Amino acid sequence: MSWYSILATGMRSLLGHRLRSILTTLGILFGVAAVICTVGIGEASAASVTSRIASLGTNLLTVTPGAATSSGVSQGAGTSGTLTMSDAEGLADRSDAPDIQAVAPVVEGSETLINGSTNWSTTVTGSGPGWLLASARTVSEGSFITAHDVSTQAHVAVLGSETASELDAGVGSNVTVDGVPFQVVGVLTSSGSTGFTDEDDLAVVPITTAQDDFFGGSETVERILLSASSPATLGSAYEEANDLLLQTHHIASPADADFQITSQSSVLSTAQAVTQTLTALLASVAAIALLVGGIGVMNIMLVSVTERTSEIGLRKAVGATPSDLFRQFVAEAAVLTLAGGLLGVAIGLLAGLVIPRLFGIAIDITALPVAIALAVSIAVGLVFGVYPASRAARLAPIEALRTE
Amino acid sequence: MAELIQLEKVSKTYGRADAEVQAVKDVSLSVEEGELVAVTGASGSGKSTLMHILGCLDVPTSGTYTFAGEDVSEFSEARLAQVRNRRIGFVFQQFHLLPRLSAWRNVELPLLYAGGRGRRERALGALEQVGLANRVEHRPNELSGGQQQRVAIARALVTEPDLILADEPTGNLDSTSSREVLDLLLRLHGDGHTVVVITHDPDVARVTRREVQMRDGEIVAERKR
Repeated sequence: MSWYSILATGMRSLLGHRLRSILTTLGILFGVAAVICTVGIGEASAASVTSRIASLGTNLLTVTPGAATSSGVSQGAGTSGTLTMSDAEGLADRSDAPDIQAVAPVVEGSETLINGSTNWSTTVTGSGPGWLLASARTVSEGSFITAHDVSTQAHVAVLGSETASELDAGVGSNVTVDGVPFQVVGVLTSSGSTGFTDEDDLAVVPITTAQDDFFGGSETVERILLSASSPATLGSAYEEANDLLLQTHHIASPADADFQITSQSSVLSTAQAVTQTLTALLASVAAIALLVGGIGVMNIMLVSVTERTSEIGLRKAVGATPSDLFRQFVAEAAVLTLAGGLLGVAIGLLAGLVIPRLFGIAIDITALPVAIALAVSIAVGLVFGVYPASRAARLAPIEALRTE
Repeated sequence: MAELIQLEKVSKTYGRADAEVQAVKDVSLSVEEGELVAVTGASGSGKSTLMHILGCLDVPTSGTYTFAGEDVSEFSEARLAQVRNRRIGFVFQQFHLLPRLSAWRNVELPLLYAGGRGRRERALGALEQVGLANRVEHRPNELSGGQQQRVAIARALVTEPDLILADEPTGNLDSTSSREVLDLLLRLHGDGHTVVVITHDPDVARVTRREVQMRDGEIVAERKR
């Protein structure tokens, strides 16, 4: 018997039991759709977490002062002023730290900015030209602070996009910060980040100017931002910074270090691990749904074999071989699951379009989970169809004919 | 005339050694091409088992069965299926039509397993032979008992088999329908087909030239008219 005849026979028999066939298909349909949607949601959230953290700079290291110890009581990280401008200058030395691309010492304070009659309170960051690279930011208008601005303590400022619009200021505007006049030389590109702090509401001025005007001439810095030359050299950049600081601070044991170096990539890998675990969890629940659907197919096929004993007997009497019947029942199961799989893919793709609009949940549907879900649904049909089919093939024709 | 069926000391035993039932005991029988034979007997006489063996639906426990010159006693299930498909047409007491298929689809069934082209034409031709050319798209439940049995006969005919094996073909029919079915079988015999009818209906046995009587698994009498 040809495969075409077998498929046609199988289809005719499935259409003869329309309601049952549809209900069986539903199990596979929802399983496949669930796999596609959950993996899609997982992929979307992983991508969003990755891009949010990456926008902070994946090759970024932050050096913060270690905890000051007062009479043996730790006062918490960042309480001692152990980092200085000379540390930053040392780290910027290419021969000592070849893998560090940019260095940005940072001081920060909250100040009031005035442009004409408009005033706005924001974070004023004192830093150098390395800040742009080390913070993974760009300038949309004008230019950024130069090394010359830092060495001459120039009164220039670069504003975040939101700060600029709140102050109604642009390149060339004169704003006063804590009563001191500054000229705006640039505006930063909006970061679009919706992190814990608003990355677009800030003003950047040369660090030397900030130390002199707002911090009483102190040489200490709050933290040093470091940018490795690439994400791959982050590890060696870390080692170089660590060794150099231990050496200049005359500390023999790394355990006694009076500073800490943290990286964004450690945060990133943790976040990625969390989303991967969540995706795996969701996908496995969906896979169980698919498995249950497969067992449903087997159940229906077994019922079908029992119910159609007399039909099987007759088919054998008129010349169906065991292999003909085996193939017919496997084909029926495969058609059921393939139909369920294809409809499931369609529903999954539809849900990928509808859910983001209705519920604001992002779904990234990629080809791989769709292909896998479809392949699994067909495999489920073949695997769970084999046992009922072999029962049909093994039925003795006279036994089968005797059943009424 | 050549011999189509030759049974030699054929026995069929069911069950295990301690509770053995010998349904057919040492039966020897030969049927020539073109014959019309009735196998009669009460229920439990072994005539159904004999019919299963003759129809290659079952194999004998001992003895040899030569069908159209081939010893089929040791055939595999797949080869038996092929013999049934090409050489034997069955007519059953319960018709055994598939309820969801139309008359012509039911008749087409053996051709489906044989393969080949022009199946619909051949099925329609067979339905015409049994006088149901105007019922080809009807489903079994839209046909009378007699019509259903005629569809079954068309299905038996469609492959142009060497042997038509009818198991109580009139058992579920009223007397008018019985008569129609019987006439049809007689006509097929007249056309040269070999027909074996298993029956306990004396009216059926009466019209055949040869009658084989069975009791307790053995042939007890044979009559020729």
